[in-house]
Amino acid sequence: MRTAVIVFPASNCDRDAAVALEKITGQKPHMVWHRDTSLPANIDFVVLPGGFSYGDYLRSGAIAARSPIVKDIVAKATKGLPVAGFCNGFQVLTETGLLPGALMRNKGLKFVCRPETLKIVNSKSRFTKRYGDKKEVVFPVAHHDGNYFADEATLNMLEKDGRVIFKYADNPNGSARDIAGICNKAGNVFGMMPHPERAIDPLHGGTDGIELFKSILGAI
Amino acid sequence: MAKSPDMKITPEVIAEHGLSKDEYKIILDRLGREPNINELGIFSVMWSEHCSYKSSRRHLGKFLTTGKRVIQGPGENAGVIDIDGDDAIIFKMESHNHPSYIEPYQGAATGVGGIMRDVFTMGARPIALMNALRFGDPSHPKTKSLVTGVVAGIGGYGNCVGVPTVGGETNFDKGYNGNILVNAMCVGLADKNKVFYSAAKGVGNPIFYVGSKTGRDGIHGATMASAEFDDDSEEKRPTVQVGDPFTEKLLIEACLELMNTDAIIAIQDMGAAGLTSSSVEMADKGGVGITLNLDVVPQRETNMTPYEMMLSESQERMLMVIKPGKEKLALDIFNKWELDVAEIGITTDTGRLTLKHKGKIVCDIPVAPLADDAPNLDRPFIKTEPRDVLNAEDIIETQDYNDALKRIMASPDIASKRWIWEQYDRHVMGDTVDSSQSGGDAAIVRIHGTNKAVAITTDVTPRYCLADPYEGGKQCVAETWRNLTCVGADPIAITDCLNFGNPERPEIMGQLVGCIEGMDEACRAFDYPVVSGNVSLYNETNGQAIPPTPAVGGVGLIPDLAYFAKIKGAKDGDTLIMIGETEGWLGASVYLKEILRREDGAPPPVNLSAEKLNGDYIRRLIRNRRVNAVHDCSDGGFAVTAVELAFASNIGVHLKGSNHIPGHAWYFGEDQGRYLISVEENSVNPILSTAQGLGIHAEVVGSVGGETVRGDNAFDLPLSTLRSAHERWLPDLMDS
Repeated sequence: MRTAVIVFPASNCDRDAAVALEKITGQKPHMVWHRDTSLPANIDFVVLPGGFSYGDYLRSGAIAARSPIVKDIVAKATKGLPVAGFCNGFQVLTETGLLPGALMRNKGLKFVCRPETLKIVNSKSRFTKRYGDKKEVVFPVAHHDGNYFADEATLNMLEKDGRVIFKYADNPNGSARDIAGICNKAGNVFGMMPHPERAIDPLHGGTDGIELFKSILGAI
Repeated sequence: MAKSPDMKITPEVIAEHGLSKDEYKIILDRLGREPNINELGIFSVMWSEHCSYKSSRRHLGKFLTTGKRVIQGPGENAGVIDIDGDDAIIFKMESHNHPSYIEPYQGAATGVGGIMRDVFTMGARPIALMNALRFGDPSHPKTKSLVTGVVAGIGGYGNCVGVPTVGGETNFDKGYNGNILVNAMCVGLADKNKVFYSAAKGVGNPIFYVGSKTGRDGIHGATMASAEFDDDSEEKRPTVQVGDPFTEKLLIEACLELMNTDAIIAIQDMGAAGLTSSSVEMADKGGVGITLNLDVVPQRETNMTPYEMMLSESQERMLMVIKPGKEKLALDIFNKWELDVAEIGITTDTGRLTLKHKGKIVCDIPVAPLADDAPNLDRPFIKTEPRDVLNAEDIIETQDYNDALKRIMASPDIASKRWIWEQYDRHVMGDTVDSSQSGGDAAIVRIHGTNKAVAITTDVTPRYCLADPYEGGKQCVAETWRNLTCVGADPIAITDCLNFGNPERPEIMGQLVGCIEGMDEACRAFDYPVVSGNVSLYNETNGQAIPPTPAVGGVGLIPDLAYFAKIKGAKDGDTLIMIGETEGWLGASVYLKEILRREDGAPPPVNLSAEKLNGDYIRRLIRNRRVNAVHDCSDGGFAVTAVELAFASNIGVHLKGSNHIPGHAWYFGEDQGRYLISVEENSVNPILSTAQGLGIHAEVVGSVGGETVRGDNAFDLPLSTLRSAHERWLPDLMDS
């Protein structure tokens, strides 16, 4: 299993993502620098980590979405390469257009960090299928720009097509229809604001994140 | 503050630079001539209170600063302690009070940035941030906007850099109406064989500048922080620096990457007094001279003068001496991280700081007087008059305990600070085991890839220090030691941030001296040395000083995460035991302040030998897995401690009354050296009998269960009612 974590200037959950991937696969992921123009050969799964890529200047994720490595990721993702973006990674994915919508400033206008209960809306996706009958998970959120926005037609389409994967039980940021995580139409690109990689160890206070990684990696 | 290079040095110019006539005489003597304006500016910042510690230095020298785990004590950028294996912890706390009052967001943000640089300069990756905040009265017109700005600034910086802010403390008191306190602490992890220092040893070595460009921001910030405020302090806004956490993050990664090679001889961040203090400190410690070519200093603005460049406090800048031959290696790493970098000078054998600008020598002064001959004042001081000890019988007992408990739980110092800490990323880096979230006594951060952890806490009780600086000084050190003990950590060492008023007033000097002496007595009793710190004086506006506030940051080691404790974990059917004796001390207590609106009386004394015995016993019980939850008994006394423990475990408690201490003194007295522990029934007798054998006071004081908080002959309230009062106070204030 060959995985990769993309490192942008001021990514700061890159190590957290690497720890999670190594814990599940037993192998260290490739840490890929933003200026590289292509992924290492035969990568099975890519994580765009959380953080403040390029200082969140211009708009969260906007500059990262135009970095050399992301061009290659977009090309490969459209051909089916599994890609997940957590927090800032989700913002990058919406900026690339791989996922619809945008992440706006939180409704309360403040950064919010707390454990959040999420409802598993679609437990058949390749990112959630290991959860089985489990209806809820708890992942921490930690963001300033997590308020998911899309037009009504897009929201209806996402819901109808089962592309809304997680919803907040207690919406922390004003996201439309409580949306916490979505995937693309083909189901190989997934983004969410909460941090599953921060819920993989009993000392974190919970391990609900493990099954998410196992779902993805098991599906490959 | 633009200064023309040939400006005449008049008595007004000297006074404007905060230099006394005597100090100017020393400059004339050391130079053998009149200084030019650049040289005067450099002396002025190096000899400012902020950089030279001229009022406090002789007293700080009293502190215990060595110990078996101390690798580096005060005198470097931060203190270094050994936590076994190859691991060292590097930590320090620093104030950013004056700038945060004038421009709260940037003042607080750059305080966080500055303290992180102090830590990674020495080769450590920052792994945790803490902060100790003091604001004015909640009803003061400026308080809300200051809270909003400071908290957003701390979060905005730490969250972006990606270092978890794991804990801290926040007080509100009218004594801070004109001078808030923003003290930030950073804890970093290094390989103990690879700690970096600032001594620029060797001659002919290149000096590199890396990081943000130099602008006109923050000029004379150190001098501002060495003077009182008045009604025109807002005009000092231009002396507050602006932070860029993005550049800081790149600097951390680039410096740590370079530190993995053998290219660095010495490294120093540019903090207060920027390029001046960093170059002077490196030269002084290395016993060398330094020549800088100011033309090649990366500049943000055009036509900057030498004076401006040397005194700028632009953020996110580092100075380093590189081994000859390693220049390209260093340049490649900084270019990879897209940081401005320039070779701006060289070390020399002259012992002088020489600055060149546009073909001219614009400064040429000996280094030694700047650092070593800095004034070391013996300011007169008056010891604080002791206050009367109050007897509980003479203090009005509340007629409505339910109301009193609810009010205390919702009082400014006790109420939940969730509104604040939810704005801080507490989990980034994936090693946070416990943080503000639990309401516990110390944060716990795992050492990455191991099963050991550091415990971190900050504490001080300013109302005790105001009442009796000596006892208050003992208490703040003891309380951090107790906090670390509560999670099962071995306390190792402290950093301190001594915030006081104007030292030119003997009564303020008396507070400073008293606190230092009290702190030191506690440090020695616990073998708990001071390894780093900072002094912030002149926290005064229009002659009104802040309460003496020596904030202490303590660090301890949990050798194995299989054995630690939290405030959370009390179980239905548990017994509550109080370790440590209760006499019912109400002087300078929260009860007195919040219920009776009185702030008089002597504070509770700290019996250091009992404190040590009790703490060692608590740690032993934790290691033997005898306790389900532990909480230290401090502000608000037994009742508040029990309610906080109940909140964390989300279960009710029943508290026993006392048959020899009046109810208000029993429930709200703030006797020191006490711990409330929640234990299973079959552990009760062994715990009590072992305590008796050790000469430790231990008594059963209640039980765990149900959904209410009940105190015999006192209160009986649903836990949810208390929780709502506790949680609502701060959001209600901020929304009002």
